[in-house]
Amino acid sequence: MAKITYIEHNGAEHVIDVKNGLSVMEGAVKNNIPGIDADCGGACACATCHVYVDEAWRDKTGTPSAMEESMLDFAENVEANSRLSCQIRVSDKVDGLTVRMPESQH
Amino acid sequence: MSQEAARGVVIVGAGHAGGTAAALLRQYGYEGSISLVGEEPIAPYQRPPLSKAWLKGEADAASLMLKPDSFYAEAGVDLILGVRVTRIARAKRTVSLADGRTLAYETLILATGARARALAIPGADLEGVLTLRSAADAEVLKADLGPGRRLAVIGGGYIGLEVAASARALGAEAVVVEREPRILARVACEALSTFFTDYHRARGVAFEVAADVAAFEGEGRHVAAVRLGDGRLIACDVVLVGVGAPPNVELAAEAGLKCVGGIVVDEQARTADPAVFAIGDVTHRPLPLYGRMFRLESVANALEQARQAASAIVGRPAPPHEVTWNWSDQYDLKYQFAGLPFEVDDIVIRGDPATAKFAVFHLKGDVIQAVEAVNAGAEFMGGRQLIAGRRPISRARLADTAISMKEVAA
Repeated sequence: MAKITYIEHNGAEHVIDVKNGLSVMEGAVKNNIPGIDADCGGACACATCHVYVDEAWRDKTGTPSAMEESMLDFAENVEANSRLSCQIRVSDKVDGLTVRMPESQH
Repeated sequence: MSQEAARGVVIVGAGHAGGTAAALLRQYGYEGSISLVGEEPIAPYQRPPLSKAWLKGEADAASLMLKPDSFYAEAGVDLILGVRVTRIARAKRTVSLADGRTLAYETLILATGARARALAIPGADLEGVLTLRSAADAEVLKADLGPGRRLAVIGGGYIGLEVAASARALGAEAVVVEREPRILARVACEALSTFFTDYHRARGVAFEVAADVAAFEGEGRHVAAVRLGDGRLIACDVVLVGVGAPPNVELAAEAGLKCVGGIVVDEQARTADPAVFAIGDVTHRPLPLYGRMFRLESVANALEQARQAASAIVGRPAPPHEVTWNWSDQYDLKYQFAGLPFEVDDIVIRGDPATAKFAVFHLKGDVIQAVEAVNAGAEFMGGRQLIAGRRPISRARLADTAISMKEVAA
């Protein structure tokens, strides 16, 4: 279990306990948190689960695969700390993680 | 006795489209009642993994669910499962359920989806002749695959190829029988068909193309072989029929709503009756980018139309038009495609199919109509942007992998 803080673009905060093994994307979608669409359900096929990972957590959330990187490259308002949240696995290691959402996923 | 709740939104069909529409209505602040009626016994779930990750055992049932079961009560969505809607009375704004109940609506959303087409040939009712649409179908199929099992797939479309790939991963043998001279004939270009044929063959899948299926032959009640039109027999233990999915338009048609292949809707997913929307695989919808009507079968379409309908119902601005897209996972291949190849003059291939990382762009004049990308996320994403932009493109630059896709799309 990891406590994850999701911050919408408008500043609204959601603190959720997410089960280990799920993705950061699933933690949001299954709790109906707006701002992460995840159209493809986590297949790394659509880039609609874009989030910004808090600087302090970038190492612990791993590095994106080549596929994720190439998809992210075309997302709106991409930054150095951009990730596709379907590709970040939840474990004790990311307990306390904060992710922020972009203005739009589409 | 009929039970009439306060009139709100009734959604018929608890699949990906219907479930998403219910969640979005709440997310957008809709405060009326929402009833979500589904024929299947389980809450909305994602179908794409049924032929991919789930079938291979890489995803569990819980991960397929669109929302946790607790969501519906918390969100005030009345989830009515395992019940068919038998009739729509548009004048009274009610729907009748098979269990005798009547639900009144202010707004109706039809999300009845599509069903797997069955083959009307001898032996089609034998045990082991399967289709794949629902989680229940997938359970039956999965139980029938495993090391040494012989699978015959009828139809070389996405479902068939994904199941063949998953079957190989499970140690089963697989042969794909296709009526057309090439697999994916309806949905992909020849270069892609050739690539996928070779890729599957190298992983042990056999193909019979330009082959009609005359009958399924049984041993007792169970299928034992596929008989081809030329008389040859393909021995098998299980058959998957993947030959398309006609839309479930009957309810709408009986209610007098116009159906042309699918339920006809406008850019807000609304039918000619302003109180009735239709979303997902069941619709015949406008494609503003191409100036025509079409029926799309994809998650992306289901979600786009769920957004359109939910936005219209709560009075939110319409969401931007999307370039239609879809994906398929086979082995280690991620195949993504966007747009539709209408009135295409020629294609430009970027990258080398031999490396299993390439993309095929379909051009009308110098404008990209569609892209098919294999393990090529940048080409898919860049292609989507170029399709949406409708700008003329240099073919030489598009074909030149020394120029990054980012620069090509800039």
